[in-house]
Amino acid sequence: MSATADTHDELLTLNIGPQHPATHGVLRLKCTLAGEVVIDVEPIVGYVHTGIEKSCEDHQYWKVVTFVERMDYLSYYFNSLAYCMSVEHLLGEEVPRRAQYLRVAHLELNRIASHLFWLGTSILDLGAMSPVFYALRERDQVLDLFEMSGGQRMHPRYFQVGGVIEDIPPGWETKVREFLVEMSERIDQYEDLLDRNEILLQRLKNVGVVPEKRLLELGITGPLLRASGNPWDLRKAMPYCSYDEFDFRIPVGTIGDNYDRYRVRMAEMRESLKIVEQALDGLPEGPFMTTNRKIALPPRNELATSMESLIHHFKLVTEGFRVPAGEAYVAIESPRGEMGCFVLADGSSKPARVHMRDPSFNNLQMVPDMCRGAYLADLIASVACLDPILGGVDR
Amino acid sequence: MPETLELAPGEVREAVASLRADWDMLLSVHGCDYLPAEPRLGVHYELISMTRLERLHVKTRLTIEQAEAGELHSVVDIYPSANAHEREVFDFFGVRFTGHPDLKRILMPDDYVGYPQRRDFPVGGEPVLFTFNEHETPRWYE
Repeated sequence: MSATADTHDELLTLNIGPQHPATHGVLRLKCTLAGEVVIDVEPIVGYVHTGIEKSCEDHQYWKVVTFVERMDYLSYYFNSLAYCMSVEHLLGEEVPRRAQYLRVAHLELNRIASHLFWLGTSILDLGAMSPVFYALRERDQVLDLFEMSGGQRMHPRYFQVGGVIEDIPPGWETKVREFLVEMSERIDQYEDLLDRNEILLQRLKNVGVVPEKRLLELGITGPLLRASGNPWDLRKAMPYCSYDEFDFRIPVGTIGDNYDRYRVRMAEMRESLKIVEQALDGLPEGPFMTTNRKIALPPRNELATSMESLIHHFKLVTEGFRVPAGEAYVAIESPRGEMGCFVLADGSSKPARVHMRDPSFNNLQMVPDMCRGAYLADLIASVACLDPILGGVDR
Repeated sequence: MPETLELAPGEVREAVASLRADWDMLLSVHGCDYLPAEPRLGVHYELISMTRLERLHVKTRLTIEQAEAGELHSVVDIYPSANAHEREVFDFFGVRFTGHPDLKRILMPDDYVGYPQRRDFPVGGEPVLFTFNEHETPRWYE
């Protein structure tokens, strides 16, 4: 629904945030309003800038994983994967196939968790209280799985340069399969609740439309671009981490309004379920970490008997591994779009620069295009459907 | 790994303009500091073609003086996606993009002094402001 400013001569500047529950973090929106109609809006970021990129320069490569995970705090596996792949590229290190499959399973579970959190909070912004409880209930189950495999619910530091830190524990696979069955029913329930809900339709249909051409100009990727009908997905277009071995489809929308964005994310969760199942079915045997002892910590049981392992362990923990000088930009498909990681190595054991191309940071540029000429209430809905994570924006 | 195109700072704008027709999106502009090598600063552009499924990496190197004199031109009018990214490079490395519509700090506070991602900028050198030490901190009265 678009409206025009006609009878209003006086413009009002309204400040929303930075501390406001509807901005999904500490985002500040400077709105220029004519009555209830948004004439212009300027997103202002930087309120949770913690200098993570700078801190990374002061830590060894294997310790940086901990930092980068805390950038986009809802898709931590994606942060660490982008970084690890960048470093692996500089090292010229091949990751074992079992590790790749384990990575894919965790990535897709993380994508589901991230979309669930988005679903709950966005629908809450539209005024519906209950979906947030349902969505967080399922997200909690995913976090339980993460806790089981990596030891922590969030930021588990499970992906390492060269593989994953531990093999999955016994019983994890069964738990994941149970979750997949349950989750599939849950998505049906959400869709029954929401897909044809009168209020939701009125609030989302034809709101926040941005044409595909403009999205490309603005460098928008992820579900936002796919909602406008462009099937761009790095998992298909430039497969990494053996995604080319999986059978899944890319959901796309038609006109790129907020309803399409909602539908695309719901459909993506279903595709993710399929990918996780395939990853478990086809999980190859073999090592879960590279056997190159210059990079990977030796197994704990070797330390008591092998002098060489003890030396490797000592060198890795005190000094870290050295990465040959060079630079790499590696991009993966995060729940919000292209997550790129640029690493500049100077030959020492600490990176000279780690830069994350965070999708939310770039995607926030489309807020003015989504909201111009719409009502203020639709601005809240549009920002919610944009799904920015301010931890990733500000880093 | 994608092809790399290394250019002088003065050529970047023209080159990017000529690449516009072939490359659909400019995904990222980021800076880095090659200290102690000269020219010190680097600015990287990541282009992508959605039909050929290719990436192109455009890279330029410039000295601190060149960066602050504005020898590198903005590409915002060619690829609007560069807007926030160029502001970030300016914020952290002090590269003044000539022709940028609104070049101001994006992540650091507006009144911040210095360019914190440069390699000679110390990590954790800033005093934490409390009531007892705010008078000793430079520019507290501003």
